Amino acid sequence: MRTILLGAGTMDARLLDKFRAIVGERGLISSDEGLHTYECDGLTNFRVMPLAVLLPSDTEQVQAIVRICHRERIPFVARGSGTGLSGGALPVRNGIVISLARMNRILEVDLPNARVVVEPGVINLNVTGRVQPQEYFYAPDPSSQSVCSIGGNVAENSGGAHCLKYGFTTTHVLGLEVVMPDGSLIHLGGKTLDTPGYDLAGVFVGSEGTLGIATKVILRIVKRPECIRTLLAAFPSTNEAGAAVSDIIAAGMLPAAIEMMDNLAIQAAEAAVQANYPDCGGLLLVELDGPVAEVQFLMEHVGDLCRKNGAWEIRVAQTDSERALVWKGRKAAFAAMGRISPNYIVQDGVIPRTALPQVMSEIARMSQETGLRVANVFHAGDGNLHPLVLYDRQIPGQEQAAESLSYRILELCIAAGGSITGEHGVGEEKKMMMSKMFSEPDLDTMQRVRCAFDPLQLSNPTKVFPRPRLCGEKPGEYLPHPLESAGIAERF
Amino acid sequence: MITASAIEEKLRGIVGSEHFRAATAGDAVSGMQPKFVAEPANEQELATLLSTANEAGIAVIPRGGGTKLGWGNPPKRADLVVSTARLKRVLEHAWADLTVSVEAGCPFETLQEKLAQHGQRLALDGLWPQRATIGGMLSTNDSGALRLRFGALRDLIIGVTLALPDGTLASSGGKVVKNVAGYDLPKLATGAFGTLGIITRAIFRLHPLPHSARTLSFSVASVSDAERHVLAIQDSKLAHTGLQVRGDSAGQILTDIWFEATEAGLAAQESQLRTLVGEVRWQQSEKGVWGGREGLWLLPTENAVIAKLSVLPSAIAKALGLLEEIAKPRDVHFQYVIQAPGLGALRLEGEMSSLKAVVERVRSELESGGASLVVLHRPVALESLEVWGAAGDALALMRSVKQQFDPKGTLNPGRFVGGI
Repeated sequence: MRTILLGAGTMDARLLDKFRAIVGERGLISSDEGLHTYECDGLTNFRVMPLAVLLPSDTEQVQAIVRICHRERIPFVARGSGTGLSGGALPVRNGIVISLARMNRILEVDLPNARVVVEPGVINLNVTGRVQPQEYFYAPDPSSQSVCSIGGNVAENSGGAHCLKYGFTTTHVLGLEVVMPDGSLIHLGGKTLDTPGYDLAGVFVGSEGTLGIATKVILRIVKRPECIRTLLAAFPSTNEAGAAVSDIIAAGMLPAAIEMMDNLAIQAAEAAVQANYPDCGGLLLVELDGPVAEVQFLMEHVGDLCRKNGAWEIRVAQTDSERALVWKGRKAAFAAMGRISPNYIVQDGVIPRTALPQVMSEIARMSQETGLRVANVFHAGDGNLHPLVLYDRQIPGQEQAAESLSYRILELCIAAGGSITGEHGVGEEKKMMMSKMFSEPDLDTMQRVRCAFDPLQLSNPTKVFPRPRLCGEKPGEYLPHPLESAGIAERF
Repeated sequence: MITASAIEEKLRGIVGSEHFRAATAGDAVSGMQPKFVAEPANEQELATLLSTANEAGIAVIPRGGGTKLGWGNPPKRADLVVSTARLKRVLEHAWADLTVSVEAGCPFETLQEKLAQHGQRLALDGLWPQRATIGGMLSTNDSGALRLRFGALRDLIIGVTLALPDGTLASSGGKVVKNVAGYDLPKLATGAFGTLGIITRAIFRLHPLPHSARTLSFSVASVSDAERHVLAIQDSKLAHTGLQVRGDSAGQILTDIWFEATEAGLAAQESQLRTLVGEVRWQQSEKGVWGGREGLWLLPTENAVIAKLSVLPSAIAKALGLLEEIAKPRDVHFQYVIQAPGLGALRLEGEMSSLKAVVERVRSELESGGASLVVLHRPVALESLEVWGAAGDALALMRSVKQQFDPKGTLNPGRFVGGI
């Protein structure tokens, strides 16, 4: 991945004063040192310096900032904790960053209705922390849940290991207060279900900050099940583990989570957190939850199916601490790559579960061909792959080779009928892959929604779509520019 | 300027004479009489019909099984009914991946029968499954008791193909359950009443059929007792599939709970439930109680209003108390089924002026507390009764979305919220 570092422009002093008047001295960052913190998100290979970073502390301040942006045509990028892995919170050139980190209050906990209302800067795990004493939890659990924010989760429609059973962020967001790209305030959805009108809350979640800024989020929480059991099974390879997954699904079970790791990923996790995983070719982690009688009965069945498919070691974690240890290795898997490789790319593709053996053997073949190691961590239940392409930036050409390999893996996912992203988002990183997954009319139709929300394209522009649609323009036949026809220029 | 007969010939030419006919009285929609009915063979034909109508400035009414065609405002204009009757194939049941791709005109029950061959289902219990089609259920966002456990259509749909008025056929989402590439147009199309595009196909995530199921029912003395039990069950560790409260203005109130599990699991759940609810009057029960919503439509509907209400679980007793308080002095009788919990189907019967007064008073009270009431059926004499109620401060944005997808107002004009 080539590092793109764009120098900061300068912001008109008069405008800076206006922003300062809204958020105060402490809410404005405009020095070079201060701005460097915000030049990228979790995808560090792309960097752009923003003109300024603003940290509003309430909805009115967000509105006031966005109104100025609208009037002055300044693009803005909303940012939560900056843990995103696709460059969704990457600043845009000559734009500002609006950090929601200070808007981190839990506004309302309504246990009888299982709703919690939060500001966007609230950390994911803090929602669960707040309702845990009453044995509720907030289900979406991205691996970064101890640091990532609800606002960022809303933007990315974050998933996590347990979305196999519990669904994604979008399943758990019932309503939103949104500052529109012109600074006006609207409410989408609500505390009750099926509010009359289009499901614009459903469209907003996962729109990667391109439709406006969420300033309040109504979440649904879930009662903790009576019992949770996690089984760990060691297989000779990911193929046998994959066959066991298919059998579990075919048997009519819907586990809370099914995770898989290959040998390289196990080695890295062991080196990093000593999760005491068996050294095997394919490790499966199956979590069942629900009433005790049900879980005990089904867990035996899962064990049988694993043994039938060649599992040579099976352990069932009974206590919370045993479970925590089993999960620790899995949740640390990305960061653990640092133990076995100087650099790595985290990829996020999805395939129909049945395509797993074929896609795995193709990844292995491509790994051999390029000489680059690929570690594999999957949400196996829903076919979400996280191949980690390992490389060394110091070796000339290896970064480009790794980047190219990671994109080729995504092409494999598309060819298998899958997706280029299951939970990390398109952002800056994968917008060019969108044209490989969707046709031009498909993308154009999505952008009609963007035109309705943000006709001036100020809210996180240049993300998600390979090229913008001019709002108001009549969609017609695509006419190539004369230079393109002449082979002099290409569109990217 | 093209003449009316030239347009007719053009439309006929797209689908062929045998699939194009003059509309009859039976094709009328809420009193509006369309001129033609066309049944395209595939989504390309459907898109061409739609763009031809759009260019000619004639209004299109999309139609599936026609079971819920009376829902929504009456159309402002109605010229061409585009029926999805011939788009009824189950395209791909990828059973090992727990997904299905199906054409919009496929009746729900036909799909379920096919899925059941591999022990699976689309976990949804909408109205009139024999005739209701996938496209119609999606467009009206119909859901029943299973929603409590499995979510609504918005949570089950993973991909959609839409035909837009300009003839574009656009797909979004995909064949995999977990997918965040691009905007979530499957959710936009769900519940949009066919005002943005015509759904031509959809892809769903599936669930396994349960090992066994059991329904238990008990009667309670008051709506506050019913609510107390609902909240206690929701706050418990029971893994129930459905939970509903049904009753009427005569004061009969029943609570039903639905379990799906293995036999061992069912026994354990039942005993936990009995401990939890304590002294109640248990009733004979069976699976049929979950079809109670359909029961509200079985009786004659000339003097009835049927509505959908949405309240918070902790506001069920308050809403029902309010209904009683407003309806009783006006001699309006009512029946209700509240599922999910908080989504209710309500049937009201009485004098026209009383019906109108009751619906408007109840709605205004509900709306002031953030809840909603949408009229699904009203007698002809009550045409002035508002269908949707308040749309909130996002209505202008909804109009902009409509403008982007259907700038000429070709699709179901006027039927949706705020006259969209």
